[in-house]
Amino acid sequence: MEVTLDDDQEFFRQTTAKFLAAEASPATIRALAANPDGFEPAYWRQGAELGWTSLLVPGEHGGGSISGRGVVDLTIVADAFGRHIAPGPLIPTNVVAAAIARSGTDDQRQHLGPIIAGDTMAAWCFSEPAPHDGLGTVSVRATADGGGFVLSGVKSPVEAAGQADILLVTARTDDGLTQFLLPAATDGVTVAPLRSIDLVRRYARVELDGVRVPAAAAIGVVGGAEADVERQLQLAVVMQAAEMVGAAEKTFAFTLEWAFDRYSFGRPLASYQELKHRFADMKMWLEASHGLTSALAREVQDEVPGAPETASAAKAYIGDHLAELMQDCVQIHGGIGLTADHDIHLYLRRVTADRSTYGVPADHRQRIAALVS
Amino acid sequence: MTDTKRESGVTDTEMESVESFAARSRAWLAENMPRTDGPAMNRGFGFGSDEEELAAVKRAREMQRTLFDGGFAGICFPREYGGQGLTTRHQQAFNVECAGYEMPSLFNVPTFVPCGAVLLEFGTEEQKTKHIPAMLRGEELWMQFLSEPSGGSDVAGALTTAVRDGEEWVVNGSKIWTTGAWWSDYGLCLLRTNWDVPKHRGLSVFIIKIQQPGVEVQRIEMINGSREFCQEFMTDVRVPDADRVGEIDDGWTIGRRWMFHERNAMGGGSPFVSGPATGHRVEAARVDPYVALARSAGRLEDPRARDLIGEARTLQRAATELSNRIADGMAAGAFPDTMAAIARLMSAVVGIRAANIRLDLVGAAAAAWADGDGVAGVGTNYLMRQQAAIGGGTTEMARNNISERVLGMPRERTLDKDVPFREVPKGPPAR
Repeated sequence: MEVTLDDDQEFFRQTTAKFLAAEASPATIRALAANPDGFEPAYWRQGAELGWTSLLVPGEHGGGSISGRGVVDLTIVADAFGRHIAPGPLIPTNVVAAAIARSGTDDQRQHLGPIIAGDTMAAWCFSEPAPHDGLGTVSVRATADGGGFVLSGVKSPVEAAGQADILLVTARTDDGLTQFLLPAATDGVTVAPLRSIDLVRRYARVELDGVRVPAAAAIGVVGGAEADVERQLQLAVVMQAAEMVGAAEKTFAFTLEWAFDRYSFGRPLASYQELKHRFADMKMWLEASHGLTSALAREVQDEVPGAPETASAAKAYIGDHLAELMQDCVQIHGGIGLTADHDIHLYLRRVTADRSTYGVPADHRQRIAALVS
Repeated sequence: MTDTKRESGVTDTEMESVESFAARSRAWLAENMPRTDGPAMNRGFGFGSDEEELAAVKRAREMQRTLFDGGFAGICFPREYGGQGLTTRHQQAFNVECAGYEMPSLFNVPTFVPCGAVLLEFGTEEQKTKHIPAMLRGEELWMQFLSEPSGGSDVAGALTTAVRDGEEWVVNGSKIWTTGAWWSDYGLCLLRTNWDVPKHRGLSVFIIKIQQPGVEVQRIEMINGSREFCQEFMTDVRVPDADRVGEIDDGWTIGRRWMFHERNAMGGGSPFVSGPATGHRVEAARVDPYVALARSAGRLEDPRARDLIGEARTLQRAATELSNRIADGMAAGAFPDTMAAIARLMSAVVGIRAANIRLDLVGAAAAAWADGDGVAGVGTNYLMRQQAAIGGGTTEMARNNISERVLGMPRERTLDKDVPFREVPKGPPAR
């Protein structure tokens, strides 16, 4: 999130924060852990009304942003999601909405209305299981057949696949990367829920077993979807970055408060220089992560040529350093920080989920080396 | 008003837009400044012969003059003192545009910051009018006479003393860790003017001409062979009272702002520093320096080396964006000035890791190499790794500052607060 927001953005931030404070309290999150979907449809529709699903879709397709810079606005929501461990498929829904708005046919754009309204859920089937789990590896095949395509392979983990009505599948034809938009209920698609590190975020394994789709299911250029896929990855990473920053910011604040309140050997923890210096390091990681997230949001918004490297630098830095920040905050809490009763694990879970998906830091470092050598 | 500005149609009453300024900078730089595709990690001053060093200083002075004549010197300094009177955003835009050009960056630290910045805040009208335009024209190079052999981070514990004698002060003592004092013109000097009050209440700031009898400059040889640093011995140096900056015994008011400006410059957030930001310098180089190093070492295809390249670029980018964020936040009044310590710490943390990465990229060549190898110098630079965490205030001080002044955590206990400085415990006298 930027250092300064304009008045409309600030109002948007407050509205989302107020809504999440009421609807996504730690008690609610804990209760939702037992819910197979991780959220209630009514909650998602209300979030959609606040603008969570429209920001990356231009006005002519029924969307709209707050400031005219939707990617930047979206970091405000993602930051709030991190601060509240908010439930709901924020990342996949926005990625798919943006992809449809950008490259979809008129028919495919019919999905945008229900997605923006919060009635339709969407999932992006991108990552694949080992041995195809290197960032950007796509082994799912799309074979031309009788005017349509047949999709085969496995995607996993796919966020919100079990809740989604439509799937955006990144596959490979003989010509190159090709993406398809299909109903989750298509014959041959099997969605098997996975266990999730996050209490309310759901992942699934999606098996595509000879799935027949019409030619009209292809979205964007057949064999030429590289730029679309890159854009989707950048959008996912922007949201992850902002969400990790929000979660870490919140955790840092209550851990600092704890350090003032907790006494040992007759002194508050906050008076020990060893701990003061660790808080200083954590503050540095946080501010650098904020800076990277803002820079990335601006670059993805403006589609600058350097955005791929910035996305990877942000993911590599934030994924490593804010995960470390979370663990150090657990350490400063002591034993209580490892209990299920304390809230800190809710945030640690979300940061761990974000760190581990759409490329781990090591993947992104390799990607940077490939981009510059 | 400069000719360039007149041509651009900008009047005194309206400030030129950042976009227009960037475009004008781009055109002017292409026309007037030499391109460079030299290595991004240059060895800096203090390595060549004295003749080479003096030639480099002369060239920096000339280039600074070219910038001044073109209307691009002192972008954030006020116009009445020869600057351009523009904003941080203009300076940032210029820093992007000037990547790939040779720039007189020798002037940035410590001449413009902290010395120029301190004069601007605390100097008399006469001092500002005399010195700031001269700095911007490339005529005056300044040094900070701050640290002493008796204490590094504890700069307020200065022992070097000025004693009043009519309209003059008589200075005795020693300052250390000045870069290139032997070719510099002035020192901004923190001196003890009262031993009978607590430490922070008996200091004053003076402007001292370096090239004069009574100021003996000795050069210090560092581990890597650099002779950039100097120590000055001042013996009965007479300084006119007109060269005192700020009130007598109130030098620490200045000292704290002085430290702030220094930290801000170290962290890359000072509006008075002009020249390519680190990240942009790397982007402007035709080949990433880490890629070049890995290639020279024959390791470019090694996934471990590629991980290190990715990490180095990640950290540099993080440091750049942190500096930008803090500069933006301070300019907008959203962040306290104390946050400059965060960027200062980051520059050290990243610098240390970068030195380790370079060491790992070259392998055994850090220990043994042939002249002319692409990997030469990596091992020797590694020996100086901690310089990034010592010079300009140690990282320990930065971490204290962040925790105490940004996060409000309890201050460390000290034994030098409410007693006359004369009675504060001190170690044996240093050289």
